[in-house]
Parts: sequence; structure tokens; C-alpha cells
Amino acid sequence: MSASISRLSNLQALEAESIEIFREVASAFERPVMMYSVGKDSSVLLHLARKAFYPSRIPFPLLHVDTTWKFREMIAFRDRTAVEYDLDLIVHTNADGVRDKINPFDHGAAYTDIMKTAALRQALTSGQYDAAIGGARRDEEKSRAKERIFSHRNAQHAWDPKNQRPELWHTFNTRLNPGESMRVFPLSNWTELDIWTYIYAENIPIVPLYFAAKRPVVERSGTLIMVDDERFVFEKGEKPKDKVVRFRTLGCYPLTGAIQSDAATLPEIIMEMQASRTSEREGRLIDSDQSGSMEKKKQEGYF
Amino acid sequence: MTNLLNRDDISPDTALWLEQQTSKGLLRFLTCGSVDDGKSTLIGRLLYDSQLILDDQLASLKKESRNRTTGDEGIDFSLLVDGLAAEREQGITIDVAYRFFSTDKRKFIVADTPGHEQYTRNMATGASNADLAVVLVDARKGLLTQTRRHSFILSLIGVRHVVLVINKIDLVDYDQEVFDRIESEYRSFAERLGFDTLVAIPVSSLKGDNIVSASPNTPWYSGSPLVPYLETIDVSVDHSGLPLRFPVQWVNRASLDFRGLSGTVASGTVKVGDEVLVASSRKPAIVSRIVTMDSDLPEAITGQAVTLVLDRELDISRGDMLTHPGSTPEYSNQMQARLVWMHEEPAHPGRSYLLKIGSQVVPATITNLKHCTNVNTLEKIPGNNIELNEVGTVTMATDKPIAFDSYGANANTGGFILIDRITNATLGAGVIDFGLRRAQNLTYQSFDVNRAVRAKLKGQEPQIVWFTGLSGSGKSTIANLIEKRLTAEGKHAYILDGDNVRHGLNRDLGFTDTDRIENIRRVSEVAKLMGDAGLIVLVSFISPFRNERRLAREIVGDLKFIEAYVDTPLEDCEARDPKGLYAKARRGEIKNFTGISSPFEPPEHADIVLHGGEKSPEDLAEELYARIFS
Repeated sequence: MSASISRLSNLQALEAESIEIFREVASAFERPVMMYSVGKDSSVLLHLARKAFYPSRIPFPLLHVDTTWKFREMIAFRDRTAVEYDLDLIVHTNADGVRDKINPFDHGAAYTDIMKTAALRQALTSGQYDAAIGGARRDEEKSRAKERIFSHRNAQHAWDPKNQRPELWHTFNTRLNPGESMRVFPLSNWTELDIWTYIYAENIPIVPLYFAAKRPVVERSGTLIMVDDERFVFEKGEKPKDKVVRFRTLGCYPLTGAIQSDAATLPEIIMEMQASRTSEREGRLIDSDQSGSMEKKKQEGYF
Repeated sequence: MTNLLNRDDISPDTALWLEQQTSKGLLRFLTCGSVDDGKSTLIGRLLYDSQLILDDQLASLKKESRNRTTGDEGIDFSLLVDGLAAEREQGITIDVAYRFFSTDKRKFIVADTPGHEQYTRNMATGASNADLAVVLVDARKGLLTQTRRHSFILSLIGVRHVVLVINKIDLVDYDQEVFDRIESEYRSFAERLGFDTLVAIPVSSLKGDNIVSASPNTPWYSGSPLVPYLETIDVSVDHSGLPLRFPVQWVNRASLDFRGLSGTVASGTVKVGDEVLVASSRKPAIVSRIVTMDSDLPEAITGQAVTLVLDRELDISRGDMLTHPGSTPEYSNQMQARLVWMHEEPAHPGRSYLLKIGSQVVPATITNLKHCTNVNTLEKIPGNNIELNEVGTVTMATDKPIAFDSYGANANTGGFILIDRITNATLGAGVIDFGLRRAQNLTYQSFDVNRAVRAKLKGQEPQIVWFTGLSGSGKSTIANLIEKRLTAEGKHAYILDGDNVRHGLNRDLGFTDTDRIENIRRVSEVAKLMGDAGLIVLVSFISPFRNERRLAREIVGDLKFIEAYVDTPLEDCEARDPKGLYAKARRGEIKNFTGISSPFEPPEHADIVLHGGEKSPEDLAEELYARIFS
């Protein structure tokens, strides 16, 4: 940054705001944790956390809720990142769900409840975390647009959208009663374009699945699903075909739709995204099962 | 951050496009006004006309729009922003939604705030980070109380630019007279609010008139349509010209050799080599490094989050503020402020709250409510407390001095929130008008004969036993037995009894919440003085609220304080009714009677609990004596 700049650019202002939020969490809470989902937003979140506390290490652990159905490349990337940045990484999986063989092919919405929401609640409760930092953005979805940056949760991890604390200026009320916790969203004011541009400007590593490459997929009700391992359950007549695809968001591989694309570099991705006429979450099968469903999930403790 | 134009891995076109995207200015604005004035619809229209509604969103929107009031495109635009199920059910906006859109010229973050009076706090939330406000008025209804209330809050929070959107102009047949009348009425109201700019635009959000381009339906309107106006208005405020304010947010101790002060430059500029002062101690130091992960910087400007390293070790922690010598902030424990109250439980003068300003958190009380403000007329009206959604002008005292500026001079260091000490709810927000000098002129006089000397002379440990419990629970009876026993042993004690004090010192006080708080405050101060004189003070007060018992404990400070809860069931107290008060209360002759028409909040962590329903006063006195005095 040159000395002649008298005002911050939009990205610089967003970066500074996020760093301030990180520092507030580290100062105001006893046991914070950062949710690390291995996606692009998580990569930005991690980068900002490192900036916030540099030259110190990040003063709290990272938590990955592993459903056991994540893309293999995500898990490999996660483990590499943890080593490279010397992170305290905690991986939690709902053992009950594994025992009951809960999977996205047979169990639909119950799979999300058990392997994601319940798993998250388990991990947060057992770690006794009083603040959980997440990478959600307000531009993602309508109920997310209503989130505070510091979002209060009761002892059951539930969100009460009608009773949110007023949040003026950057003066955050971080006080909690026993058992309560806070969800904190340092990326609230970022848009998808901001995220991509920042990743590009800062050379932030991301999972290679975001870049176009030849991958084995099957087409299922208009969505391209990648066959990532031998557990994939084929329907009648389905056969994987190699197509040049990439992902706009990453989650559990059987639930995350790929898009056909040749964008193999960040500038290509950004330009493609600009021309796109569909939203980022279109490929997320769990968002569209009913109107208001993200809000409902959040009230139950989903991030 | 790297300069995108210098990257060699992209085409010049892409680099230029990215550079334009990232260097675009940002306008943060909010929409406000009364319920049903069409705020959500307006924002939906802005998103739609900016072609920011994507295909999958549009498809689901059209599906959801059936059976609703829709524009020519068959879309209910309000559904784009009212994202909560309860909002859709009730057709109102409950909480702020933040929406993003951008045009070729500018990026926008718009806070869609609720019109409903119950959620005014959320409107203030949206206003606190906005550069501009779009105030909507329904052309058929004209100015309403909420229009005025919101405008008043805008001026209080310091939003300098207002666009008055006179909406639903299609429903008054695009009548210029209606528009002119509303505009002139609003201008005469807003005159006293001191906005820097104010324009009025006739709009139909539903039909799209005067949103992105001039509408043929309003040939009499020669001004700019809404979007072009928002794209070009200059709202810049140069914070870099203000004095340096660097609130220390986090102390970075990376190693034994590294101690940095992390924070965001709230205003001004700080350079390596600058001399800085700690606002509290006035101790000086030189900035030796400005550290970021990218590299050390020669200077940091307003808004940058950095870590400062000083050339010497000073006692600095979170909550301190660094400034330049000669332009230091106010540093005081008393100030005048205006409060926007945001909670059902009103603001009580005398009650202790937590005040958070920047990274400083201190206990604070409202020492005087000077007046509230009528939002319709802007007249000052007297009040005993500040109710939900009211604005009051107050003086406040904090337990220790804090560094601040007047909000008018520096919004980043002059705004605060008040937090309830028990529920932790955010109760209100305040803007500081100025510090009160008298705080600095009053110094505490120190005398040679102190509490320890007096206590030694009397051969006892001064302390306060605070009895709390319902009327008729046996507090005074037990206190009386204790005092008799202490006196017999040659000790010096005194009973402060609720009824007795109300005959003298507190005879001007009634039984409203505000008066009860003041009642406790005065008695606590008297108990403290008596304790300082070396006495054992037995306070027998119903003291029904936790907040005030906590206040009492804080006022007496380092004196030993024992909270004794006489826990006698209401039925027993009512059966005893030694003063006949319960009977009167039941007949409705006494208002606000604890246990009947006013709550008693039992202590959660009393030092001693005496079960008045189960044992005689003599046994309880014996029990208490054994635990405290033997």
C-alpha cells in the first residue's frame, strides 16, 4: 500500500473491517473457535485471521465438521493447509450418524440434520465454545441478509430472528450469560465478487475443484453430480461421463452440483461469474427444499 | 494488497475491468419511513432494475408472488428483501436486511429497515453505518409520526444526506400538488434537523417511475431520478483530517520480544516516528513500527487495521486510546449525551448499566434525565424515564474516566451502547454531546483519620448487612435482635430502615421504579458513610430489584457487604401483615406493592438465606449472628 493513498479502496475497507471483527472476538470471548469448511469463503476467512493476529499465531482453534461425504480433494487441501499454517485443527464427525450409516443418498433432509446441524451442535457443546466464527455473507441468501455480525444464540444454539441485538456502528455487544454463545460473521459485508477478487489479489490458495478440469459426473435432474468415490449410488442407467466442469460452492459431493465451464484461472472464473444468470447457491440442493428453509435450519442451529 | 493492473497473468481488459470493480466507490444508505410506505418494494425494484435478480431467483420470486400486490412484471418486489418467515406471514419488515447492488458507477450496500414502531431500534442500527437515508412517504398519507421519528433519529445519528422519496405517486394520479405539499411540509420539519442535503423525488416503486430514468408520467418533475442521484451524490467525509484516534483493541504478544498494539485507526493518520500519547495516563512514546502481515507500513490512515509497536514499554491495554500530543480526546467520567432507548424496560436514572464505547467497557449510570423529545414537534418534554423508542437528553457518570469525543466532532469515538448488567441485552444507544468539566474540578479529599483508625478505636470490623425480602418477611425484627445483641457486647451498630428513611432523607421519593432506584442509591451512600465512620450498618430494605442490590454493593466499594435474604413465603408475609399494607394493596389502595402488583427478584447468590417461614426471628438472628459475628 503506498503512502499516497488517502482513502481505502472497497476491498481494503472490507479487509480492515473483518480484521477488526476478528480482534474483537479474540479480546471479548473466553473460548472462540473458527468454523473451517474448506471452501473459498473459509480460505478468505483464514487469510484474514492470519492477518488480524500477525505476527502471533491465530489464538483459537479451527473446527471442521466433517460429514465423511466431503470431496476427497477438500480433505487433502484441509490437511495440507493445517500443516502449512500451523493451525489447531479440530475435526468433528457425528459418530451416531456414522454408526447408523446416515448418508445423502438414502436420507435426504435427515442427512443434513444429523451430519451437519446436529454434528455442529455436538462439537460446539463439547468444546464449550462461547463464540463461533463463520464465513457466511449477507449476499448469499435472504435470511442471511438479516444476520447481525455478532449474532446471539441461546443455550440450544438457536437463533431468534425477532430478537436480535441492535448493532450500531462497530460497537458490538459481546456479553453472554452462561450457556449462551455468539456466531460471528466477519465476511458479512462481502459479496461473491469481492471474495473472488480478493482471492486473486492476495494469491490465496483454494481447493482445485473451483477450477475447470475433466471430472467424472452423472446428470441427475438437471444437476451434474461428481462421482468422487466408490460409495456413489448409481440410479438405473446412470454411468459417469468425463466432462470439463468446476464448482461454484463446495459441500458434500453427492449434494453439490458442478457447472460446465472452461474457467481454469481466477480471472476466467471472475469473468464467468459476472456473466452468469444464476445465483451461487443454485447448485446447493439443501437450500431449495422449502421456502424459508435456511432460516429454519438456522433456528435449529445450522450455521 | 497487490495492484491488479500490474499483474501479468491476465489480459489488460480483464485487469482494467477488475480494477474498476474494486476501485468503485461505495455508498451505504438506508431506507426508512412508516410501515407500508413501500421500502422493501423500492429495494426490490432497485435490484430488479439493476438486473441483479438472477434467473433462478426470478423464477422462485414469480412463484411466490401469486396472490400478492404485483407490479407490471407480475412480481411482488418486497419478497426480495423480506426474507424471514414471520415477515412474509405478516407482510412487514422486522429486521434490517442488508442488500448489495452495483451499477457502472458505484457499489451500494442498502439497509432495508423496518417501519414498524416496535422495531425502531433496527432502524437506528441501519442508520449508524449509513452515509445517506432514503426516507419514504406514501403520497396518499403524507408525513406520519414514524416519518418524523425516523428523520429525527437520522439527524441524531448524524446521517447528513436525505432523499425524500414520495412513493406511490401513481396512486394519486401523478399529481404535482400532492408532491409539492408533502415536500414543503417535510422541508419545514427537517429545517431544524440540519441535514446537509435534502432532495424530494416522486416515485412509484411498483411501476418503476423515476427509479432509473425520468418518468413520462411526471413531466412536471425536472430533478434527477433516484438511481442516477444515488450514483453521483458526494457524501465523502474526510476522517483523515481529524486528530488521530487509535483505540487499542488487542495487545499482540507474539513473543517475548514483540509487544504490539492492534487496532483500527478511528480517525487521522499515524506515521512511524510520530510521538503518541496514551489518553488515560498521558504518557508519551514514539511509534517505531506499523506492522501488517504484508509488510511494515510507513503510515496508517483512517480505517486501516494495523499493529503499532512503540519504542518503550508503557502500561497500555485494551480500552486505551493513542492520540497525538496537543489534540487529545476528552477524558472524563461525566458527560452529557442523547440516548435512543431500544428496550421494553425503560431507562431509569440511577440504575447501573454497562457502557461500551469503542473498546472501552465501564459501569455507568444516568445521573439526570434532562428531558425527552417529542418526535412530532421536536419539543422538549419532561420525563422520569425514557421509554422504548424515545429519545432523552441525559447526563451520565461512568465508574472511571473514559476517552471520547463529542459525536458531532467524531462519530467514530463519540457513540456508545448501554448494556443491561443482568440480561446482557443492548438497551440503548447514545451519542455524546460533551464532557462535563465538573468531573475534573472535583477531587476526593483525603483525611488522616480513616476507616481503619475508626474501626480500631471501636474494636470492630465495619460492615454492611443488607437485608432484602418482602414486606413483613421479618427483616426489621431480625435486624433489631442483632443490634440489641451487638450493643450488649459493646459494639456500635445502626439500623437503616426503609420506612424510617422515607420519613426523612427520602421523603421526596415515591414508589415508581425510578424513585425506588434513587431510594436505594441514597441509602447505599449513607450506609457507606456510616461504614466509613466505623459502624456496623444493618440495612433493612425490601430492595426488590437485583440491579439495585448490585448498585448498592458497588457504591459501598471495598466495605464488607453481606446480602442477607429473608426468604419468607408471600402467604406468610400476607398472613402476618404487621402494618396492614397487604390488605390495602389487595384492595387496590397501594400501587406498585412488592409481591402483589410489583415483582420481587430474589437474589441468585445471596451471602445468607434466612428461611422466615420455617423458623422464629430469634432463631434466624442467632443463625445470622453465628455466621457473621462470632
